[in-house]
Amino acid sequence: MDFNTDHFSLFELPPGFRLDAALLDRRYLEMQSRVHPDRFASAGEAERRLSLQWATRVNEAYQTLKKPLARAKYLLHLAAHEIGSENNAAMPADFLVEQMEWREAVGEARAAGEHHQLEHLHHRLQREIRERYDELAVLLDDQHDLEQSADRIRRLMFIEKLLIEIDDAMVACEE
Amino acid sequence: MALLQIVEPGESAAPHEHRLAVGIDLGTTNSLVASVRSGVAVVLRDELGRPLLPSVVRYLPDGGSEVGYEAQAAQALDPRNTIVSVKRFMGRGITDIANRESMPYIFQGGPGMLRIHTAAGLKSPVEVSAEILRTLRLRAEAALGGALLGAVITVPAYFDDAQRQATKDAAKLAGLPVLRLLNEPTAAAIAYGLDNAAEGVYAVYDLGGGTFDISILKLSRGIFEVLATGGDSALGGDDFDQRIFCWILEAAKLKPTSVEDASMLLTRAREAKEYLTFHGVAPITGRLNSGEVVDLRLSTEIFAEITQTLVAKTMQPVKKALRDAGLSVSDVKGVVMVGGATRMPQVQRAVGEFFRQDPLNNLDPDKVVALGAATQANLLAGNHTAGDDWLLLDVIPLSLGIETMGGLVEKIIPRNSTIPTARGQNFTTFRDGQTALAIQVVQGERELVSDCRSLARFELRGIPPMVAGAARIRVAFQVDADGLLAVSAREQISGVEASIVVKPSYGLSDDEIAGMLKDSLAHVKDDALQRALKESQVDARRLLEAVRAALATDADLLSPAELSRVESDIVKLESAALGDNRRQIMLAMDDLEADTKDFAARRMDKSIRRAFAGRNINELGSDSAAAKSGETA
Repeated sequence: MDFNTDHFSLFELPPGFRLDAALLDRRYLEMQSRVHPDRFASAGEAERRLSLQWATRVNEAYQTLKKPLARAKYLLHLAAHEIGSENNAAMPADFLVEQMEWREAVGEARAAGEHHQLEHLHHRLQREIRERYDELAVLLDDQHDLEQSADRIRRLMFIEKLLIEIDDAMVACEE
Repeated sequence: MALLQIVEPGESAAPHEHRLAVGIDLGTTNSLVASVRSGVAVVLRDELGRPLLPSVVRYLPDGGSEVGYEAQAAQALDPRNTIVSVKRFMGRGITDIANRESMPYIFQGGPGMLRIHTAAGLKSPVEVSAEILRTLRLRAEAALGGALLGAVITVPAYFDDAQRQATKDAAKLAGLPVLRLLNEPTAAAIAYGLDNAAEGVYAVYDLGGGTFDISILKLSRGIFEVLATGGDSALGGDDFDQRIFCWILEAAKLKPTSVEDASMLLTRAREAKEYLTFHGVAPITGRLNSGEVVDLRLSTEIFAEITQTLVAKTMQPVKKALRDAGLSVSDVKGVVMVGGATRMPQVQRAVGEFFRQDPLNNLDPDKVVALGAATQANLLAGNHTAGDDWLLLDVIPLSLGIETMGGLVEKIIPRNSTIPTARGQNFTTFRDGQTALAIQVVQGERELVSDCRSLARFELRGIPPMVAGAARIRVAFQVDADGLLAVSAREQISGVEASIVVKPSYGLSDDEIAGMLKDSLAHVKDDALQRALKESQVDARRLLEAVRAALATDADLLSPAELSRVESDIVKLESAALGDNRRQIMLAMDDLEADTKDFAARRMDKSIRRAFAGRNINELGSDSAAAKSGETA
């Protein structure tokens, strides 16, 4: 087993955006149960060091594949395709307007302490995120359109951040 | 799901001698040591049959010390030299300590970890904790009849890097090899989960003497996975005592009291708190130095009222941890209560109301952490038998970051990352010919460096001189399974390993620890040289056993030449371990380690391959079923 193998090969999973999450979980636990430092606590120094490196590697691979955004970015990285940064200049104007409207709605609900409204926005955004990932799956796995995929990933980077903002606003309301 | 097949690489088919390993709960108020005997985790008692050791150390003018009940009894008599709740000072500077005016100690401030002036000289919290650990070590050695292979020591999940490192340093001073630092709520979850065959999501609410932790865990057969953790490392039962103490002063209209009076009243406050667990009203009486008599009655209602904000303070981290885990209250199947302070009825009530279920109290909240630690120690020492194998996946409680331009924090490892974990970061020089670089590492969730805790300042030296911006210095941040951070650096273009000088903000330097070790030996009854020799003999035996076990299963991974070299190393180490030359043992160990380094890598490789080979045969059916459900999802 090559330490530098890609994350999909590490877990013997077919590379792709669509992924059997339950299988990934199981493979992860199988790997970790073999390499985790707790298995080598009374072993020699060389084995302890190797175990630390492997367990770290397995955790990194699992975290990358588990989250859809990280997984999508990683697929583009494997294909040596630049995603570009998610700065405003790179984004189409209509998308930015839409984002601004979302942020205004969140800001207003937060200022008014409308927890219910925030929950509603959260729910709506989550549905939108799901739809966008479905679209990304087609672009990445079926059409292999890296250019379009990179564009959708940049958008999702914006939207995932927005979701965290709503989360924070909901906590601020509770306190 | 198919059962995980877990093979301990150091495991041999032949039965080996039982290795002595213990779990230690180094508590704010009390400490315990436990071990697995005949397959059952038990708390080891002192010669009078008492399970607890009060975490109290009294320093004497002759340089010696008393630990435990003896020291506790002298607390009112000699408060300045009697250190209680030292855990609150671990890895902390003087300005971090709340209520220090009402404490009887003479603190020494300055940069870094605080010190306390005692009759036996200036003491660091690490040295005080080491006294407690040494007492527990001697207790365990007497009970188990031999030198310990090592200990699992528990720490609050919310302890930061400095507090963890301080705990590990204390163990080193106490002559106690650390197998692992284990988070207290995780230890409790092990004890609870294995006893109750629990499955599902559990919350562990751990309110100890001086610390509060909340951990959300997913328990499934053979796996303990921490999803999120949170807490407050300066909130515990002590604070409830403090509230009663303030109430006494107010209700009895007392002026600020003398050190002796304050110490007496704090003891009365603690007694009242404990009394109110089973009674509606607690009498509080005491005679002050002036002859004045305090005679009050504290009701549960007033107690609940004056401590309401403390209880509420624990619920914020609970909410945050649930959110970090991506779960809601209804996902939590059970709430395990840990720590003596969870006996307070108002705490039980608040937790029950929040989680909308009765908390689980079927384990002794004082002992559950030590018992879980002992069980883990037994596993780490390699004493397990087939069937009682499990895997523990824990997380880092606080984000790690580095200082960037303008005093901002760039997060490098987010909180609740599963450990071990690592992250690489590239740096460059900004002046021509620059050969050194400083990196400030902080821990915390805030955006400004000044709002986070400084962990250490790393200075990279020996960067080859280049034009500004040309150097590529790769700095690796590695968090190990103890939750401790290590930093290494390499200049990528020249391949030069930059040397790192670490200045821990609140920790002790290696020199300081060496100095303390020397000081402590002057007053310790057991012979240090003898002890060091014994330790290296234990280490040598452990290594020999590990290598022999490895050869028994995987000798075919070595070439004949390699094998004969390893075998000759083994013979040399065996004969060295029988003698009393410690240096010779260490050298023979180094040789064997060096000659088995590649062997270890090949074995790890084989083990990983086997993970999949075994699966392909055993799980073909379940795999294809999973793949099918994946398609329709």
